[in-house]
Amino acid sequence: MTVRLQNEGAEAAGETAAPPVLAAAGLRVAFPGRGGRGTARAVDGVDLEVGAGEIVALVGESGCGKSTLARALLGLVRPTEGRVLFSGEPLDYRSRALKRYRHRVQLVQQDPSGSLNPRHTVYEAVAEGLRIHEGATAEEERRVADALSRAGLRPPERFFTRYPHELSGGQRQRVVIAGALILDPEVIVADEPVASLDASVRGEILRLILDLRAELGLSALVVTHDLGLAWNIADRVAVMYLGRVVEVGTVEEVLSEPRHPYTRALLSVLPESDAGEPVVLAGEPPDPTRIPSGCRFHARCPVLASGEAEREGIADRCRTEDPGILPASGGDRAACHHARLHG
Amino acid sequence: MTAPAASRRAVVRARRRAALRKYTRSYAENRAGLFGLAALALAVLVALAAPLFIPAEALSVTGAPGERFEPPDAEFPLGTDTYGRSVLDLVVWGARISLTVGFLAAAVSVALGTVIGVIAGHFGGLASNVLMRITDWFLVLPTLVMAIALAAVMERSTLTIIIAIGVTSWPSTARIVRAQTLSVEARPYIERARALGGGHLHVMLRHVLPNVMPVVIAQTTLLVAEAIVMESTLSFLGLGSPGAISWGGILQDARNSGAISSGMWWYMVPPGLAIALVALSFTLCGRALEGVFNPRLRERR
Amino acid sequence: MTLLEVEDLTVSYRIAGGEAPAVRGVSFSLEPGSKLGVAGESGCGKSTVALALLRLLPKTARIGGTIRVDGEDVLGMRWGRLRAVRWAGASIVFQGAMHSLNAVRRVGDQIAEPILLHGTAPRAEVPERVGSLLERVGLPRWRARSYPHELSGGQRQRVMIAMALACEPKLIVADEPTTALDVMIQAQILRLIDDLVGGQGIGMLMISHDLAVLADTCDRLAVMYAGRIVEEGPAAAVVADARHPYGAALSAAFPRIGDPASRRAPRGLPGDPPDPADLPVGCSFRPRCPVAEERCAEVDPVLYPVPGGRSAACIKVRAEEPA
Repeated sequence: MTVRLQNEGAEAAGETAAPPVLAAAGLRVAFPGRGGRGTARAVDGVDLEVGAGEIVALVGESGCGKSTLARALLGLVRPTEGRVLFSGEPLDYRSRALKRYRHRVQLVQQDPSGSLNPRHTVYEAVAEGLRIHEGATAEEERRVADALSRAGLRPPERFFTRYPHELSGGQRQRVVIAGALILDPEVIVADEPVASLDASVRGEILRLILDLRAELGLSALVVTHDLGLAWNIADRVAVMYLGRVVEVGTVEEVLSEPRHPYTRALLSVLPESDAGEPVVLAGEPPDPTRIPSGCRFHARCPVLASGEAEREGIADRCRTEDPGILPASGGDRAACHHARLHG
Repeated sequence: MTAPAASRRAVVRARRRAALRKYTRSYAENRAGLFGLAALALAVLVALAAPLFIPAEALSVTGAPGERFEPPDAEFPLGTDTYGRSVLDLVVWGARISLTVGFLAAAVSVALGTVIGVIAGHFGGLASNVLMRITDWFLVLPTLVMAIALAAVMERSTLTIIIAIGVTSWPSTARIVRAQTLSVEARPYIERARALGGGHLHVMLRHVLPNVMPVVIAQTTLLVAEAIVMESTLSFLGLGSPGAISWGGILQDARNSGAISSGMWWYMVPPGLAIALVALSFTLCGRALEGVFNPRLRERR
Repeated sequence: MTLLEVEDLTVSYRIAGGEAPAVRGVSFSLEPGSKLGVAGESGCGKSTVALALLRLLPKTARIGGTIRVDGEDVLGMRWGRLRAVRWAGASIVFQGAMHSLNAVRRVGDQIAEPILLHGTAPRAEVPERVGSLLERVGLPRWRARSYPHELSGGQRQRVMIAMALACEPKLIVADEPTTALDVMIQAQILRLIDDLVGGQGIGMLMISHDLAVLADTCDRLAVMYAGRIVEEGPAAAVVADARHPYGAALSAAFPRIGDPASRRAPRGLPGDPPDPADLPVGCSFRPRCPVAEERCAEVDPVLYPVPGGRSAACIKVRAEEPA
């Protein structure tokens, strides 16, 4: 066991001689409680890595902290603990350095209708990043045209003077992506990039992300609630529950042989799932202001509820012992006492 | 490269013109707004043209053309004042100061209110708290009392009145602008601008300001009306510049010469009516503009 | 008796400079106890069909064709009768439960409203009735005293379903009932709908852009494109083996996890749906169709029968038919 782990560690070290492009190390984000509520631990200890040219899907239900984690990675929210690392360097929150960072890491939001200023033309929206970082440049128009056509809006000149409300949802999302591409970023953080788009457009936008990776070597962290999206485009997937990554691994590993009972439940309730009898978890995802002690999933865990954990003699550990933070690479795949027993 | 850029700018300009036409049309559908605009245009024209048909001596206290307190007749359609000057001439001439004060005071007030409102809304936290407490303090302070105090300690001049009105009437603008800023700041495109690397100034100037402008414009028109009334009040209370003729000043003179007790209605009614009419016109324009810029109101009509 | 019968329904909206057809001749029927799913992208007319069923369309809409609920013509109905039908005969569950609930009234009062309006239960029994409705949708009775903002998205959707059930309707129209809900909550709600509708002989029309959800819940499936049904048949068969290229594209858009064909190969459909005021000549799907031919510009296909109790509006389907 230890030998294998060491081997894996050595392999991982050999592979990632260059540090991951974007990483979170022991990241925690807490929001102070308002109106008598306790502090919300939205992100409660996360290690996560996005390698060069890699697409990582961050999956979870709403309120699990996945969007907060994405925002912390972009420097839009300051972590209360832990660090964000870009190419191995901790993120500097002084405004000058942060601006430089935002030249290299870009955000694509969920709702393309809201993320474009209704009073700006497509040209202005795409050129915005360029003007912020480089001011007015001579080749601005060529670069805007270039970014638009790379985002699949061709011929680009036709879109220059349009306003967002004159475009379809898919076209708007392409404009947002073009606005991100114009700065030649190394990483894109996409928060539910297709959730508000029609099914037929969804595939087109996902293919665009894959194409950009192939052409430009772009890395991407895609935040989503949709496991099918991970299957469609991601290399690795991290499943988040109540502020923690509870399972991480390659898409094939995690989605074909899930180890954490939460991942298994999520997969089993998908329409048309082959995963046998659906395990519908009762209740709502619990509140980040009151994270349960022990394993944070234990109150809803089907393994514990069915008595299986009892038979294995780990029920007490599930209730009292935190399975800990999952390391970003190497080591366990799932933060679960039960899975560790069978791993 | 330059040709398409130029043509692109031409297209953008054409679009702006088209948008302007659309706004003009939707403004023109509001008859009350049109009436207000016409009345205002008339008032401004008359005020500008006044020196052309009113000779300077007609307004001098010593060289007045008529007897004092003459009731309206053919020579003086609105009678004469306590020095024998034509009240009609006075009211026409008074428009110059009243409108100037109205516009400038409103501009000062709106500028202050917009800057403070946008800053408070954008930064939030401590800055917002401090600014909004100051705003609240000004808001609960009786504007008139404050203006009187200011006008009393400063030199008696038209400028003083403009400043006094300007610095006391901004809080309501600041409140409205802050509320609008907060709603704009919650939109995803603000976060996108921040993630692109845009600083505070970029977000405020490029995204917040254009989106609060409609509210500001509507607020301005309402404030102009308020400022004209306040100028009248301050002049009426004897705090304006002593030599200047304004509508409030005429009312003040009328009261001093006992126009109320002796039933000289022609001395009191015309300036009062002028104030009411201009204030009403501005309010009508403001309402109409609000309807043009706020699509939700437009649909309800 | 057939619960719902829609025949050649057409709806068009008046727009600047003409009319835009939103629904162009849609026919289907629904038996008691069965569930029909209507799929399609935004703007295809599926929500317009739902609204037309209860005559909830804006005044600018022109409706043609016939709609019969329990044999009664909805379009020709007098206002008073329509009101009765709207709750007791058929009720609707809208998408976006946040906006469909009144934020300043307790949810119990909102569920009670249709019961009181239609007098389906004596006033004294209404609180009891509300309590049992809440229990049926899986919420505790004391939730009747809560305000909408105190509930989560899934709980609000449960309240919406309780409201729809309040007057024991025979037909429920659910417009995107699980959109914007998480997978786990979506599974809870779908299971709830299934339990409530299945056993009671209630008919359901469920509208969604998510073919996979419909396939899991419904018996039959109709795919709409540009105001028409382009494919119709048993739900599982349509999803597994769509005969219309649009139906195929839609079902490919939702990948099956574990299916190697969709791994790193997201599939969509290039282009945008046509402008209803300016439809293409011939088959309206032609400009986006991956297998379009020249003759597609000449024929505007209607629904042709396909073996297995199905039909599809594509001339290629007709070509396969033995003459």
